[in-house]
Amino acid sequence: MDKTLSRRNFIKYMAAGMAATASSSALLTACRAKDRAPATADGSDAGTMTMRVNPNTGDSVSLLGYGMMRLPMLPEGTQPTDAATGPFDQDMVNRQVDYALEHGVNYFDTSPAYCRGLSERCTGIALSRHPRSSYYIATKLSNFAPQTWTAEASREMFEHSLKELQTDYVDYLLMHGTGMGAHDASGKQLTGWEAFEARYISNGILDWLVEQKAAGRIRNLGFSYHGDVSVFDRLLAWHDEGRYHWDFAQIELNYLDWFYANEINPRNTDAAYLYGELKRRGIPAVIMEPLLGGRLARVADDIAAELLQRAPGQSVAHWAFRFAGSPEGVLTVLSGMTYMEHLRENVATYSPLRPIDADEHEFLMHIAEEIYGMKTVPCNECQYCMPCPYGLDIPAIFVHYNKCIREGYVKQSDLDPAWSRARRAFLIGYDRAVPRLRQADHCIGCGQCAPHCPQQIDIPSELHHIDQYVEQLRRSSDSRY
Amino acid sequence: MLRKLRIALATTTLLLLTWLFVDFTGTASHYAAFLAKWQLLPALLSANVVVCTGLVLLTLVGGRIYCSAVCPLGIVQDLLAHLRPRGRNRAGRYSHSPEVRWLRYPVLALFCTAIAAGAGSLVALLEPYSSFGRIASNLLRPLYESANNILAGIAANHGSYTFYHADTWVPGWTTFAIAAATLLLLAVLAWAGGRTYCNTICPVGTMLSLLSRFALLRIRFDAGKCRSCSACERACKASCIDYKTHTVDYTRCVACGNCLTKCKHDALHYSLPARNTAPSVTKAGSTPPDTARRTFLMGAAIAATTAALAQDKKKVDGGLAALARRRVPTRQTPLTPPGSLSARNMASHCTGCQLCVSQCPNNVLRPSTGLLTAMQPTMSYERGYCRPECHRCSDVCPTGAIRPMAEGEKASTQIGHAVWIRQNCVVLTDHVRCGNCARHCPSGAIQMVPLDADDPLSPRIPAADTSRCIGCGACEHLCPARPFPAIYVEGHEVHQTI
Repeated sequence: MDKTLSRRNFIKYMAAGMAATASSSALLTACRAKDRAPATADGSDAGTMTMRVNPNTGDSVSLLGYGMMRLPMLPEGTQPTDAATGPFDQDMVNRQVDYALEHGVNYFDTSPAYCRGLSERCTGIALSRHPRSSYYIATKLSNFAPQTWTAEASREMFEHSLKELQTDYVDYLLMHGTGMGAHDASGKQLTGWEAFEARYISNGILDWLVEQKAAGRIRNLGFSYHGDVSVFDRLLAWHDEGRYHWDFAQIELNYLDWFYANEINPRNTDAAYLYGELKRRGIPAVIMEPLLGGRLARVADDIAAELLQRAPGQSVAHWAFRFAGSPEGVLTVLSGMTYMEHLRENVATYSPLRPIDADEHEFLMHIAEEIYGMKTVPCNECQYCMPCPYGLDIPAIFVHYNKCIREGYVKQSDLDPAWSRARRAFLIGYDRAVPRLRQADHCIGCGQCAPHCPQQIDIPSELHHIDQYVEQLRRSSDSRY
Repeated sequence: MLRKLRIALATTTLLLLTWLFVDFTGTASHYAAFLAKWQLLPALLSANVVVCTGLVLLTLVGGRIYCSAVCPLGIVQDLLAHLRPRGRNRAGRYSHSPEVRWLRYPVLALFCTAIAAGAGSLVALLEPYSSFGRIASNLLRPLYESANNILAGIAANHGSYTFYHADTWVPGWTTFAIAAATLLLLAVLAWAGGRTYCNTICPVGTMLSLLSRFALLRIRFDAGKCRSCSACERACKASCIDYKTHTVDYTRCVACGNCLTKCKHDALHYSLPARNTAPSVTKAGSTPPDTARRTFLMGAAIAATTAALAQDKKKVDGGLAALARRRVPTRQTPLTPPGSLSARNMASHCTGCQLCVSQCPNNVLRPSTGLLTAMQPTMSYERGYCRPECHRCSDVCPTGAIRPMAEGEKASTQIGHAVWIRQNCVVLTDHVRCGNCARHCPSGAIQMVPLDADDPLSPRIPAADTSRCIGCGACEHLCPARPFPAIYVEGHEVHQTI
């Protein structure tokens, strides 16, 4: 009895601690390691990684995939040790990749655009130190700037990827961000389908990719999908007609998006539908955003308490990973693990996976309802919108705002008795999180960021909304904070 | 007894006033601003009858108590003298010297002329309280803020909002240099001869000495008890006691009480009875720092990294665009804060104490570098703008240079007007939608209108209705154009109510 009580208290403290530190790495690996009596020196579980089989090639792929979009960076102000990898901490990348491979992770997902364009290089450096047959590389034909859309530029992009990755073939190649829509070179807004056609069809590049696959330079061809569901549907219709064969597809799946993606943003589609369509056709699903950029690891205090009580000794984040890995048709779940602690924890969660049962599924749907009830900005800090040409730090602004909502520092009215405390916390925290010249009041509303957002957030209007709230806070008192 | 009381009062005054000048949170302005308003010249300039009468009566009754317990610069000199490295006989190092009339009275005359002529920089240079303000806000405040910032860093790591980061910056290097030079001069004078500054240069001291010679309560010799040991003279930091003739120069005595405690024979009293003593004669002092030269150190020119990792270069994600540092636009008429009524009112009332500059939470105020207005506040919007809810400068100003404003008065006070600079506007240079100036204008003076009146779809540019503009600078501060803004505020010599 005593033991149970003390554990309860322990969990409560953990919940409070998470809210207080609000650091992106508060994943509490240490706590769970203690609870479980570690079998290995570094504290991770002794079990083996759950593997899934790709029906097309027979690849045995680890359920945990390493997303190379949030690579560790050198501490601010440190001189890069190597100009080639710029601000990224290549030593740490190497160590983490080594650890991942050692613990069964064999799927590495990168792109020519990630990490200011340096992700492929860093990934290549780290992976080339291991036998090529011991891992699978996924990279993309990215689609940001219309200048890269020509056939020639696209081929160059692919060759460049091979060079950076120090290999002569790619295991998984994706057409990046289908369904997102874009502006073309003249600045005209293209719908999801128009952008897809302009990027991959009218320049003949999709056919070229098919040729590369036949030539063995690409082993699996697929696409990553965000946004306009009609694009997703048409691509699958092509698959049904036999016009193109998709070896895999990458979708966003997590317990919030399962039923609420569309409710949160009408331009997004519920993951339950996307996964169902893939499963029906036997197309393996690669999962991105299992944690929604960390938002499902940092939930409001009361929600965290519920999750922690239900699985004592486990982290808040572990629920999201178990949920994303549970469907059988999932090939691998990508996680952008910046810190060794993230990696250790996620390896442990999937070594092996304990699938979500029906009760737990229902419980997570109830949690999703609670999270959905809070009007946070659905930003996952992917940095696709950055750099803002006018210097704003868009994700940092959203992160701060979301944090304040979660911690109850966003109030409706200055009549609220806690207003001045909330005002102080919001404004001091805001200046700490975002330099003043990069705050929301500097958003001019040019809208250049919006088409890059895979979550289809109307970034300028969200920023203006936050700016108005800040203005309301400031005007309510003549003291600065 | 007199000495202990004086030390207690002086310590309190100095601590409160120092806090007022270094505090960046606005708390001190609620508790310590009254002390700034008790200063003689600010009270005279703001026509504060109560304080002026009080100070005159105080001096007529007790002599220059003001110089010992109210004037922060006087107290600073006592502190400096006290901190002098201990040589032999520290407490007894002073000696009597004659009054330096040829310097005292001309300085006072010059000072009065400068006030009458509106030569604010000269007034500011000579006025003791303002000298203290400059020293505290320029030299101490950065230290105070740095210490705070260490605490703020610790607080941030613990998710606490108790301390927050303060911007440490020097609003004007000329003023900074003057403050440092003043402190140096004071230290030299105080170490060498105690209150030399107060008794040979300070015009406020000289002004008070005109009254203190008639004071009721004074230091008086009991010649019968005096053994001519010279202890009192050696203890007199004002150099006004001549033990040989048993005389005290009451124009220079600051009623500090040091001589009373030193006298072992009970020969000195701070008491009523009559009998006048004539002040004694001349000795040279040193000249005041006379450089109000504009040195124009407004920030080293910044080789501005360009504002654009621009749109068409965006092929990768992440990173922050470099922001060129905002440069100060040239204003034909300098801006003065709301409540200052006009440039003229500012020039004739401000003593350059920097209290408003150090209190400004938006970093808008900074000392002017103009020849006649040096050290008086002027405004610019690189670091922030004059926010509608703030009127702290008008709350704290002790001299009437910035008058207190009633709630909402600021919103209808026009201190300048916005001017659009076509060639800087991002709507035309970057071909983007903007309107950030219009979105943030608190008085709704800016509208976005089509560039081509006949084509409603042409790019929208800002049009400022100068009759509604109050000159707060929101548009200028938030304009995305860098290093120079595409919209800036031109000052008005006389503020208007709109």
